[in-house]
Amino acid sequence: MGKPARDRVPEVHTTGEDQIATAFAARQGRAALMPYLMGGFPDVPQSLSIGLACADNGADLVELGVPYSDPLADGPVIHAAGTAALRAGVRMGDVLGVGEELSRRLPVVLMCYVNLVLARTPDGFARDLAKAGVSGLIVPDLPLEEATEIRAACDEHGVALVPLVAPTTPDDRLRAIGEQARGFVYTVSVVGTTGERAGGDGGYREILDRVRAHARVPVAIGFGISAPDQACAAADAGADGVIVGTRLVRAAAESDAPATAVGDLVAQLSAGLIR
Amino acid sequence: MSLVEAGVEHRFGPYGGQYVPETLMPALAELETAWVAAREDPGYRAELGGLLRDYAGRPTPLYLAGRLSEVAGREIWLKREDLMHTGSHKINNALGQALLAKRMGKQRIIAETGAGQHGVATATACALLNLECVVYMGAEDIRRQAPNVQRMRLLGAEVVSVQAGARTLKEAVSEAIRDWVTTVATSHYIIGSAVGPAPYPALVRDLQRVIGDEARASLLERAERLPDRVIACVGGGSNSIGIFTAFVGDPDVRLIGVEAAGEGLDSGRHGAPLTAGGRAGVLHGSLSAIMQDEDGQVTEAHSVSAGLDYPGSGPEHAHLRDSGRASYVAVSDEDALAAYREVARLEGIIPALETAHALHYAMHEDGGGSTLDLICLSGRGDKDLAEVMSHDG
Ligand SMILES: Cc1ncc(COP(=O)(O)O)c(C=O)c1O
Repeated sequence: MGKPARDRVPEVHTTGEDQIATAFAARQGRAALMPYLMGGFPDVPQSLSIGLACADNGADLVELGVPYSDPLADGPVIHAAGTAALRAGVRMGDVLGVGEELSRRLPVVLMCYVNLVLARTPDGFARDLAKAGVSGLIVPDLPLEEATEIRAACDEHGVALVPLVAPTTPDDRLRAIGEQARGFVYTVSVVGTTGERAGGDGGYREILDRVRAHARVPVAIGFGISAPDQACAAADAGADGVIVGTRLVRAAAESDAPATAVGDLVAQLSAGLIR
Repeated sequence: MSLVEAGVEHRFGPYGGQYVPETLMPALAELETAWVAAREDPGYRAELGGLLRDYAGRPTPLYLAGRLSEVAGREIWLKREDLMHTGSHKINNALGQALLAKRMGKQRIIAETGAGQHGVATATACALLNLECVVYMGAEDIRRQAPNVQRMRLLGAEVVSVQAGARTLKEAVSEAIRDWVTTVATSHYIIGSAVGPAPYPALVRDLQRVIGDEARASLLERAERLPDRVIACVGGGSNSIGIFTAFVGDPDVRLIGVEAAGEGLDSGRHGAPLTAGGRAGVLHGSLSAIMQDEDGQVTEAHSVSAGLDYPGSGPEHAHLRDSGRASYVAVSDEDALAAYREVARLEGIIPALETAHALHYAMHEDGGGSTLDLICLSGRGDKDLAEVMSHDG
């Protein structure tokens, strides 16, 4: 569980956007590492331990997933982890509790499907995130056209609403999305759902260059990045941040000691990012 | 066909929208552009009209059901979509969208199916137009609609069994969307009901409104009047929006959608989000009436009929409900099973279990002074024989 030592004390008046910006800026010379973990998986205390292990092993920010009944952007591994958490009775409040603990150590960005946001109302949801110290929010089924109200609520409460872009996004959309981005732009590296993919190191630069041309905030890349050499290739291709999800969730599912297993992988990824 | 008047709405009142991963947004825009062009293109309309007529059997008959009328105590007219090729209204949409996919240069078709009717219709359209076809179907539905699985495979489609959740229609739609997120460059997703992100609810409505347009014209000709009520079952809401649309502008015609009450609205085991009411939510890309818990987790539906076993509903229906233009009621598994048998004996028509919900309502619930009901007989019930026989009676 939580260590007493804190390497970061959030000031009450800094916004989530500031906290994210600071985390990216602190990584001069290399990309920020942002592991993804599923809140409440394999259970609530262990998911907290996994998050803390990420913080201890070189993570700069952490992306905290909320289990959802219909995760349209997720592949089988993350889907199954969310389903297991829901079956075990994990609720939004439990995940926010994990987020609150983790946010004492590093900036937490919540990854959460839109219906869970609407259920608490955009304003209520953003307020709950701010209260828990969560810095940012990623909503994978909230494209630009539907985001206005939720973005306003997040702005109001100092939470960064991070948009996603994809290889299919044309330049004019990239520009419009970039203008409204808070925190960072989450670049989906592949046309597809979350999951591990072989190779990919050749393809990051094109999409990253296109996104960067329209973004005023850092550009992070994720989906399909699992191995240290892929993370390194993404950083070499110009990513300000690298997000690794499925590989870590799989480790949490397969290991008897999930926090240790995830921590080891995060350490390897972190070492690989140092040039 | 009168496809031109309706626009491609993104919202119906507050409902609808496009709550999907960014990856799909350009494809939705492309689809909308293609549809707006196609529906005004005489070439497309002639090709679709020709197929619907010569291949699929339009116009379908409008039948005054004498013995049902006796039971109900008022005239019951049945719009016979069960006589369409492949046995339901689903082929209207499947042919229209498969032709559209061809125009867009997409060679691979994805579909989901619950009862199997949309899967069979899509597999049929793909065989006809020489397109590759993958159909997602929940494992539970594969069990209870086995004949349709065999039909799809015979027609050359790949049927993928979906094991997630309750292994029914909701999970099949989710899996189809995930496939589309991955294959969007080469694939078109033919959604089977008036649900999903814009432009789908409007596109499916435009392709299904032929049901109501035909029925209204032939009823005016033969009965020389409009119906007092138009009644249709509602799963996602495609046969119902198809028959309602022609009558929305006739203020004296009551529009009634019949959902699945399953084991009862109070049991929570039903498929009646419009009837049950409650907070709107997002499912499969649009905001509408859905079944969910207080956190916003979508809950599992239940219905004896696979095609109504869905916790969501089309956004246009949610708007028709709120505006008071249509009303929604629910009929239980038990009553639907009884109506299935009753209509078979009274009329020599075996209706789909989905349709049996609407038929029960017309025959046995208070008619509210109606003297003429028009019912969409959305499909035939051969596919349900084994399931019905397993519930003795
Ligand atoms: C015969 C029949 N009627 C109705 C439905 C329900 O769908 P919808 O509400 O889209 O018409 C189905 C769905 O499978 C069906 O097969």
